[in-house]
Amino acid sequence: MTFEAVKEILIHKFGSEVIVAEETSGLQSALVIQPDSIVDVCLELRNNDKTYFDFLSCLSGVDYGNEENKFGVVYHLASIPYKTQLVLKVVKIHIGSAAANMPFFKSVSTVWRTAEWHEREAFDLLGLYFEGNPDLRRILLPDDWEGYPLRKNYQTPAFYKGIKVDY
Amino acid sequence: MPTRYEQLLANTQPEEMILNMGPQHPSTHGVLRLELITDGEIIKEVIPHMGYLHRCFEKHAESLTYQQTIPFTDRLDYMASMNNSHAWVMGVERMMGIADQIPRRIEYTRVLVCELNRIASHLIAIGTYGIDIGAFTPFLWCFRDREHIMGMLEWASGARMLYNYIWVGGLFYDLPVGFEERCAEFINYFKPKLSELNQLLTDNQIFISRTANVGVLPLDVAISYGCSGPMLRGSGLKWDLRRIDEYSVYSELEFEVPVGKGEIGQTGDCWNRYKVRVDEIVESIHIIEQCLERLTKELKRTPDFDPRAKLPRKITPKAQDFYVRSENPKGELGFYFISDGKSEIPIRVKARGPSFNNLSVISEISRGVMIADLVAIIGSIDIVLGEVDR
Repeated sequence: MTFEAVKEILIHKFGSEVIVAEETSGLQSALVIQPDSIVDVCLELRNNDKTYFDFLSCLSGVDYGNEENKFGVVYHLASIPYKTQLVLKVVKIHIGSAAANMPFFKSVSTVWRTAEWHEREAFDLLGLYFEGNPDLRRILLPDDWEGYPLRKNYQTPAFYKGIKVDY
Repeated sequence: MPTRYEQLLANTQPEEMILNMGPQHPSTHGVLRLELITDGEIIKEVIPHMGYLHRCFEKHAESLTYQQTIPFTDRLDYMASMNNSHAWVMGVERMMGIADQIPRRIEYTRVLVCELNRIASHLIAIGTYGIDIGAFTPFLWCFRDREHIMGMLEWASGARMLYNYIWVGGLFYDLPVGFEERCAEFINYFKPKLSELNQLLTDNQIFISRTANVGVLPLDVAISYGCSGPMLRGSGLKWDLRRIDEYSVYSELEFEVPVGKGEIGQTGDCWNRYKVRVDEIVESIHIIEQCLERLTKELKRTPDFDPRAKLPRKITPKAQDFYVRSENPKGELGFYFISDGKSEIPIRVKARGPSFNNLSVISEISRGVMIADLVAIIGSIDIVLGEVDR
């Protein structure tokens, strides 16, 4: 299943507005998907006999930098029977910096169960909120950690529980 | 909305008990903490808590150049450092477009040391699995044989466990003179030892009673949870990235991909996962023999061969995203890079550790088992917390 064919299937099923953009300049081409329809797209790609992307290799949250306030999630899919790979992306501009006000994405943990822990990791380290994840808690950092270390504007705290940390 | 964890704790029944296991428990293989909700000896739910070994790998990788991060990748799965750095280096080389210019002697040397490291990693998995179940001798035997591999890799790289041997574009040094002969000697020594180990553990009735039909992982669950490596193959699927992607020189090497067949117990249980590892050691030996054959004949070392000749002075891949995956002893290790094309430092690096995904399935396969069987299940997953926590 080629990249073009996957694109055609998605356009046929959901209409052309589902694909916001495509990135074909690098070694691996990626489809940028409309954030609200990512769950439907993933479900279709997994269940369609022609694509059958049954394995989610990796899910990464990305902070694209301070000026743009742009956050994204990148999905690396693999199909075991067809031995193919596919990259999907969703991107959102996020305004506001308060901790509770996080960039908001849809969870694909109903499509692949492995997404649950990957999303918890993105929540923990990047502060992305995944709507529909049943167990969105911190996973690697302590429960009472403040801030999201992989954000580009993260300031290393000078104190940890009232103790000064020297670097 | 309360999370599933909060709901589980809130719905605990009066007869149930919340039991803490780890992070100091010896059978959790490092600093993994499991919270068990039990009814007597029967486990109702397992809730893993990780992060005790979190070292901000991804944050480090965002402030160091590609070469400087290689020693950090060694510390992900510290049982198989060579394989980790091989994956990282392969990804950077492909982004730079120099992957096809690597001399063949270097590629074969990389595969040789990776497979030696794979054997060492599986020996740890098997030995510590024996000790989890209560068999002490296999542990000592495995460590005795692993020590030979550690010695050889120390000879090549200067370090016992964390090698920093595979570099972008080449190697730290060529193999030392006499390495190939020593390696062949080790293989001859090791083959009979492996059949001894099989007699002692694989066919041992006590071991079989403890592991067969325990912790059965159905194939569809394994795929959905992103399990890979011996976990996935133990459930009966022939999925090995060395064969699927044919990276490095694996396409020129002959080896089989062992899968769990359910000769004892059923496909996907702890015994079958264990057996896949034992069979993989045999296949790794076979690969090493072929590498040695080529490294001593057509790719023989010459005095003017310089493994650092192709090292790029400055690594600035053009602006792109790239995901590289490779088959580690524990499963699919992936690195996701975002490079902006201007800087020597990646914008974002994500490490997809196989142990992290393999561990996530634990609560699914240990509902309703005894606490003693949970120990058998953790051992059969073969996690390394250095990689789970990163």
